[in-house]
Amino acid sequence: MSRIRGLKTRRNAELGLLVFAMLLVAAFGATVEANQFDEIRPNFWVPAGLIGILFFGLHMVVRFTAPFADPVLLPSVALINGIGVAFLRRLDLENAIANKLAIPGFFAETSGRQLAWTLLSLILAAVLLLLLRDHRVVSRYAYTLGLVGIVLMMIPAVLPASISEVNGAKLWIRLGSVSIQPGEFAKLALVSFFAYYLVRKREVLSLASHRVLGIDFPRGRDLGPVLTVWLFSLLVLVFEKDLGTALLYFGLFIVTLYVATERSSWLIIGLLLFFGGVYVAYLLGDVVGGPFANFYDRAEIWLDPFSQENYERKSGNSYQLVQGLLGLGTGGLFGTGPGAGSPFKVPEVRTDFIFAGLGEEIGLFGLAALLIIYLLIVERGLHAALAVRDSFGKLVAGGLAFTLGLQVFVILGGITGLIPLTGQTTPFLSAGGSSLMANWLLIAMLLRISDAARRPANTPAERAGGPKKAPTQLHGAMTEVIKP
Amino acid sequence: MPEFVLTVARFGFLILLWIFVFTVVGVIRRDLFAGGRTKSIVASPRGVGGAVLQGRPAKVKRGKAARQLVVTAGNLAGTRITLGEAPITIGRAEDSTLVITDDFASARHARLVPREGQWFVEDLGSTNGTYLDRGKVSGPTPVPLGVPIRIGRTSLELRP
Repeated sequence: MSRIRGLKTRRNAELGLLVFAMLLVAAFGATVEANQFDEIRPNFWVPAGLIGILFFGLHMVVRFTAPFADPVLLPSVALINGIGVAFLRRLDLENAIANKLAIPGFFAETSGRQLAWTLLSLILAAVLLLLLRDHRVVSRYAYTLGLVGIVLMMIPAVLPASISEVNGAKLWIRLGSVSIQPGEFAKLALVSFFAYYLVRKREVLSLASHRVLGIDFPRGRDLGPVLTVWLFSLLVLVFEKDLGTALLYFGLFIVTLYVATERSSWLIIGLLLFFGGVYVAYLLGDVVGGPFANFYDRAEIWLDPFSQENYERKSGNSYQLVQGLLGLGTGGLFGTGPGAGSPFKVPEVRTDFIFAGLGEEIGLFGLAALLIIYLLIVERGLHAALAVRDSFGKLVAGGLAFTLGLQVFVILGGITGLIPLTGQTTPFLSAGGSSLMANWLLIAMLLRISDAARRPANTPAERAGGPKKAPTQLHGAMTEVIKP
Repeated sequence: MPEFVLTVARFGFLILLWIFVFTVVGVIRRDLFAGGRTKSIVASPRGVGGAVLQGRPAKVKRGKAARQLVVTAGNLAGTRITLGEAPITIGRAEDSTLVITDDFASARHARLVPREGQWFVEDLGSTNGTYLDRGKVSGPTPVPLGVPIRIGRTSLELRP
């Protein structure tokens, strides 16, 4: 690993931010203890310290395998992940106090499991960074990954409901006490496949077009793949009873298409198709019921959560949504303070509704800060997409960053009543292994691509088995952008 | 715990959270402006090494030597490449020095080669041709400073 003299890798900035993030997690833990026990016990910092050690490990891996990676990604994600673990610990503490149990150890209960999942996720991320020295290698396995993605996505739909259904959505594979959500991993595979497919087809898709009302619309025959994915995501909506996942996959494809072709007509077509499909599903749910009934219920609840009828609805009432909204309202601008709220009034506060529980305690100001951190993570991903030189990397980074943003939008929009509620995990925050592992892999991929994007052109890239077609002297000059 | 301490902890956490946000933004901001600073340590290709660093221009036969290739029109407008001694390849192929995403450009479109302080442009058998100002480039042609090289919708110029 040759560190280039004089070139800024910004790894020390990353380390500094990481320490700051862990101090914040420790501060959260201290405030929780002050509110719950009326004293701050001397070992309040241990959870923050433990998780800090894990992140420090990944930081060292990044330092040696991706020295030019973006310095902001890792600490920002670490903060959100750390706050998630600290909030779960706070829930465990309240649970123990309420039931007069012994104070759970640092490796017990939900927060302990989340800590273990974090360890596993970081190991996966480190392995990805160690094995994958050049992101373009992924494009060789694009079709395999596409197949894997579709299989992962469809497994829960075809499994019997006893194995795959949790709270009305068939998204899971449950084996004994372990349950995994294969869809979370499917999105990574699908992004890589879409990116590869579109890099190859972008000319056809962007050149041949009809011009209507000043917007270039693609030819009918080029719409094939888009329509296929649209039908596919509607099938997911019907069989897995989950609008969020359908929206995630469809949005992902449309945006990757838009990035590849620079045609805004794709966005218009995509939005029309999606809203059209959702509206038809809503009407069908009203008239036919059956597989559409679940979606119809969700939409009705969304339209008027506080109505008596929806609150007493037999199939999936609005109780959870209303409790979440009341929680956020109780928090107000500044929140009740970490540890002082009553998050257990909200069902599923550990997973889907963690933002409602957290929002009650840190208020609008705290939630806004967390949202800005999500926004910055997405922005750094898009920045890597802009800066990296190869089209495949651009599409992968853009697609991954967008997926992350869309997922936050889907769950947060659901909790706050902006869109119909669907059970998505909040990335890095919710309790749950699949989501955490998949999203850390996503971040590892973004780190790898941002490393390629920021690496000076004449630095010998350590390509373990990467494509060696480019003679080195071609990279002898460096591209930079003139500031206006 | 006294109420005062709890209030301080509650607001202190929020303030710390926002300080973190602004610190992150600060790091990003420094990162954005770092582009301007790297100019001084730019990447002259191997061989010429220190020449650019020490600000000692290479020996020139006549007039000023071209030090930069600037994209003046097209998708990449504003991009500049610092010229060294290595040839510059232009095209849509990912291994080109300047990767242009122009619908009218070929994968390996053109090449700029330095010969004794003068840069020559050479078409690499592109479909739509390379133009130096108005004339089509057929063989290696010397490129004067400030004269546009046109490739599809993209224009490039050599600058001192």
